[in-house]
Amino acid sequence: MAETILMKGNEAMAEAAVMAGCRHFFGYPITPQNEVAAYMSRRMPQVDGVYLQAESEIAAINMVLGASAAGARAMTSSSSPGVALKSEGLSYLAGCDLPAVVVNIQRGGPGLGSIQPSQADYFMATRGGGHGDFHMIVLAPNSVQEMFDCAFTAFDLADKYRMTVNILADGVLGQMMEPVVMNSPKMAELPAKDWAVTGTGGKRKSNIVNSLYLKPEALEQTNIERYKRYAVIEKEEARSESYLMDDAEICVTAYGASSRVARNAVDMAREKGVKAGLIRPITVWPFPKGVFLEAAGRVNSFVCVEMSMGQMIEDVELAIRCKKPVAFCGRTGGMIPDPEQVLAAIMKDGRLS
Amino acid sequence: MKTIFERTPALSDAVTHYCPGCTHGIVHRLVAEALDELDLTGRTIGVAPVGCAVMAYNYFECDMVQAAHGRAPAVATGVKRTHPGSIVFTYQGDGDLAAIGTAETVHAAARGENITVIFINNAIYGMTGGQMAPTTMPAQVTQTSPYGRDVSKAGYPLRVSEMLATVDGARYIERVAVNSAANVKKAKAAIKKAFANQAAGNGFTLVEVLSTCPTNWGLDPVKALDWLKDNMMPYYPLGVYKDGAAPEAGGEA
Ligand SMILES: Cc1ncc(C[n+]2csc(CCOP(=O)(O)OP(=O)(O)O)c2C)c(N)n1
Ligand code: SF4
Repeated sequence: MAETILMKGNEAMAEAAVMAGCRHFFGYPITPQNEVAAYMSRRMPQVDGVYLQAESEIAAINMVLGASAAGARAMTSSSSPGVALKSEGLSYLAGCDLPAVVVNIQRGGPGLGSIQPSQADYFMATRGGGHGDFHMIVLAPNSVQEMFDCAFTAFDLADKYRMTVNILADGVLGQMMEPVVMNSPKMAELPAKDWAVTGTGGKRKSNIVNSLYLKPEALEQTNIERYKRYAVIEKEEARSESYLMDDAEICVTAYGASSRVARNAVDMAREKGVKAGLIRPITVWPFPKGVFLEAAGRVNSFVCVEMSMGQMIEDVELAIRCKKPVAFCGRTGGMIPDPEQVLAAIMKDGRLS
Repeated sequence: MKTIFERTPALSDAVTHYCPGCTHGIVHRLVAEALDELDLTGRTIGVAPVGCAVMAYNYFECDMVQAAHGRAPAVATGVKRTHPGSIVFTYQGDGDLAAIGTAETVHAAARGENITVIFINNAIYGMTGGQMAPTTMPAQVTQTSPYGRDVSKAGYPLRVSEMLATVDGARYIERVAVNSAANVKKAKAAIKKAFANQAAGNGFTLVEVLSTCPTNWGLDPVKALDWLKDNMMPYYPLGVYKDGAAPEAGGEA
């Protein structure tokens, strides 16, 4: 039977990455993700893996690119300002169709911001986070167990679709401790990495990992092909959790840490007889549009709860094609909304309907 | 019929896009010959830069990765750490290596990363049309130093080999030139030595090659070779800057 251990979110995710076969971790110190690198620096030597502290986040993501090009399951983690620096590498990873897992334990911004938890990098994560036409798959865990589980999902999806999977968490999820069942899921059947640079051994034509196209027609075609893959992902990989949505009249929505607060507020509203429910996106790209559009046909209004000035709310409005009003409820800068604040937003909206 | 000269197998038969008289092509051939003569080509993985050599991935018959501007040593690190038994080299210009990629270069050396860097110093940004580089000579006219490089405002050229020779992790650092047949021979010997060091697991090796950019220097190919000799060589003396192991951990006993 799988062990249950009390662990910090950052460490649970790091251990799961090792269990998922990650043997190459490249990091750079930044709060509140330091536990990931510290754990990897201890763990990697025990499994003959590579832990390397890079000279910058830029170097770290390019080391990931090199290791991934060479066929490895490679990972880096950082927090908001560091992830911004990685955006160049994220774009090259996309252009080269390379798998990678990149973790963002978000903190308050912009600028140096604060070291407290935040969800203000939603745009950076879901709108590419780098130049050019591309997406990353963005997973948004909301518990230490999910931090653990999503590492397996991240590596499998990255290899399956040959792209970056971004684990978008925050300081709350990274630092809090919860019991984790250390289940190791069955690995997905994945295609062989026959494109990887390994040395030809004089036996095959050389493999080239590249994102440069001299002919714009060729680049356009490559981008169109890539977006066909994205369309499959949007159809098949969007994940969400619905709570008390069957008879809901108000749909509260939140991802990650703020979804825990939102769920409490939904329970409090139910106690007062208000029919609130919760949709929690587990992938924020692809955004679970279908679930929202379907809910829009039944509920009177939405309340979007975020630890930002309001970023995911744009995806909610797009998903429901602005059919119903969407209110925003949030704190920013490293502040966390409390259930009473969310409850107040629900009650205000409930009265509107 | 007797074959007296042929393409070395590590060099592909693609027509390069380099300008007539550019010495990039010579250095490509030296790298390919060194790999073939040491019988390393089959386990070699190259990393191409951003610069005129960006399409080096088409010119070498080995596995290749094209890196972002300046990041080749970081990419090479990821490759090498995945396949420690492979031979990994980067091929980088002076803008790529000594401006935007300075940190990646210095730290790959500091880590003693077991890779080989082929560093093309042509005192200019070639690909973008001839802007001032960190290695541009004092008073040299470029597109962005139209009155000549004024060191009081634009600073001084960077001597990369000298700088890296102070780094303990660097194993072998040599500066060569490809302006004459004799120097081309020495350049090849240096490149071979660098790869041999890597194959022996000795750590970071870099060969700086003084090279020409006739197009952006505004000189014909022969005059460009002379300009290299008269202007670059005095400032960038040829020679071995480092050849030996890093000091023992813990320092002097
Ligand atoms: C991030 C980034 N900045 C700038 C450029 C534009 N760029 C392309 S090549 C180049 C300079 C290359 O010069 P150098 O490294 O000296 O090599 P050379 O072309 O002389 O061989 C620059 C700045 C780029 N591609 N990416
Ligand atoms: S621009 Fe200069 S460095 Fe580039 S190919 Fe032409 S001559 Fe060579």
